[in-house]
Amino acid sequence: MADERARITAEQERWQKALEEKTLVRFPEQKERFTTNSGMTAERLYTPANVTLDYLTDLGFPGEYPFTRGVQPTMYRGRFWTMRQYAGFGTAEESNARYKYLLSNGTMGLSVAFDLPTQIGYDSDSPLAEGEVGKVGVAIDSLADMEILFDGIPLEKVSTSMTINAPASVLLAMYIAVAEKQGVPSTKLSGTIQNDILKEYAARGTYIYPPGPSMRLITDIFAYCAEQVPNWNTISISGYHIREAGSTAAQEVGFTLANGTAYVKAALAAGLNVDTFAPQLSFFFNAHNDFFEEVAKFRAARRLWAKIMKEEFGARNPKSWMLRFHTQTGGSTLTAQQPMNNIVRVALQAFAAVCGGTQSLHTNSMDEALALPTEESVRVALRTQQIIAYESGAAETVDPLAGSYYVENLTNEIEQAARAYIDKIADMGGSTRAIETGYMQREIQESAYQYQRQVETGKRVIVGLNKFQVEEAPPQNLLRVDMSVQESQVTKIAAVKAKRDQAAVDRALADLKAAAEGTANLMPPILAAVKAYATLQEICDVMRGTFGEYHPSEEL
Amino acid sequence: MERKIRVLVAKPGLDGHDRGAKVIARAFRDAGFEVIYTGLRQTPDQIAEAALQEDVDVVALSILSGAHNTLLPKTVQALKERGMADVLVVGGGVIPAEDIPGLKASGVAEVFTPGTPTTAAVTFIQEHVQPA
Repeated sequence: MADERARITAEQERWQKALEEKTLVRFPEQKERFTTNSGMTAERLYTPANVTLDYLTDLGFPGEYPFTRGVQPTMYRGRFWTMRQYAGFGTAEESNARYKYLLSNGTMGLSVAFDLPTQIGYDSDSPLAEGEVGKVGVAIDSLADMEILFDGIPLEKVSTSMTINAPASVLLAMYIAVAEKQGVPSTKLSGTIQNDILKEYAARGTYIYPPGPSMRLITDIFAYCAEQVPNWNTISISGYHIREAGSTAAQEVGFTLANGTAYVKAALAAGLNVDTFAPQLSFFFNAHNDFFEEVAKFRAARRLWAKIMKEEFGARNPKSWMLRFHTQTGGSTLTAQQPMNNIVRVALQAFAAVCGGTQSLHTNSMDEALALPTEESVRVALRTQQIIAYESGAAETVDPLAGSYYVENLTNEIEQAARAYIDKIADMGGSTRAIETGYMQREIQESAYQYQRQVETGKRVIVGLNKFQVEEAPPQNLLRVDMSVQESQVTKIAAVKAKRDQAAVDRALADLKAAAEGTANLMPPILAAVKAYATLQEICDVMRGTFGEYHPSEEL
Repeated sequence: MERKIRVLVAKPGLDGHDRGAKVIARAFRDAGFEVIYTGLRQTPDQIAEAALQEDVDVVALSILSGAHNTLLPKTVQALKERGMADVLVVGGGVIPAEDIPGLKASGVAEVFTPGTPTTAAVTFIQEHVQPA
């Protein structure tokens, strides 16, 4: 092996010399330095001499440690990834209709988008909700809305992902309560809550409470679900929004896994055993433009998490070592200019996610730089996944890009760079501290600004945006959310409040307050309050009263 | 010495997407403006109050939540109520073209949509503001 490597190195040097003396003189390359989308150096050529790889240790076999090649032994030969389109807008009735449309078109799991008031724990009749109700997702104020949202959708058959963080306990409780009314026990439910507050502080912004109580809410969910909702992903530790905010691929992995270790440590500190909660942890990554870098990123993330869980946290259950993840194509890569071009971007990004071994996938729609997607554009996005699954060949074999000298080298480099971020954050005292001091935010902002500078100076070409532009008429037929959503939600809240047993609500909220002030698990009193038709804001306000609110210190 | 143009970059409403706000704030600073950033979740009244306290020439509102038709006119109104009708208000974000005439009629001077170079916003401000 060493001999062969030396021979290849010698031959590569010979080739390089000849190239420099002859070819490059006549045909210079387009740039002095070539890079990945994230700015990592891309060499002219990769050969076995450039890649340090111990096959059995670094790659191994799919379904086995360190899972570089995938978390399942047969990957998509057994079952495709879950095609899961994030959707929700307006009222529960409108969103319910969109879910049924998606299911009838072959989507395999639901993914609920909530409006901003819901995500921040305000009811639709709050003054702070003005103008925002139903805009970026569906408005959910009480169990009554959740009953409509899932009306006619059998919850024992469909898996549901909910993008909800600070009030995740409340929405999970509503889901459990709706299922109960359908006759489905919580043990039969499958799905995911995002429940990742650290990246909210760092990149996404829908926080409510300060870090301490937020981490308690999260570990309470871990403990509750381990017993009551065993098939639920209790958290989706998210790099997606970190990347959307401007980070590089290595920062996306590094910051996300650093946050992951913070949740593991919090759960251990709360007295949980690592192997009881770790199998229910899941992840969420971005699929950006650079196909090879993205494939390498997913592989690097899997290997790194497996090492962390096994070696640092001493987990013994192989399920605790597995990094299972959802992917969404990169929303910030979409252009408002020539929106049809976005179909191609999304296809390449989705192809990277599949070649990188994702467990579920959302493909963005071509019109999302302009507005919420129309039914037609959502269908094209879903069809893109189906074409990859049935026509591209990517699903026929496991981890098809393994062994590519370039991809293996990138996998190593991203793992090392991410590891360096994780170590640096650990030295700062962990993710919470790194966020409170603004470290992660500054790193992300710096990368975002550099990216923008490159686009504006033309060093980075975005087709249709800073090159190959055309004159375009303003886009037609964008989806618009009716302003009457807020009024109809306000009417519904009033009706719910008039009909419910107010004494029962008061009792449930008092019980929740007592639990919040003590140390009991918060899930049971939240579930009781939800079932009594307490509103989302009433429940969150009780906890705001006890826990306080998070106020970031802003810096530029 | 000539006074620098003072800009308040603000995020109205509940929208947490601040990549654009932070990038434009930095571009403004690099262009020689004095920049104050409000942070997330500001009501129109809070933004107007900050504009008054900071004595700014420009209020630049970044919004990607779809609530622009409500929150941008309200911010203009809140500025007027504080005697700051002369402050230049600009907006940026995911704002459909068909909404722009209405926003301009309400007093927003210009709206910058996705893909606009930061230099376009800088130039617009330089052309429309004489530092007081």
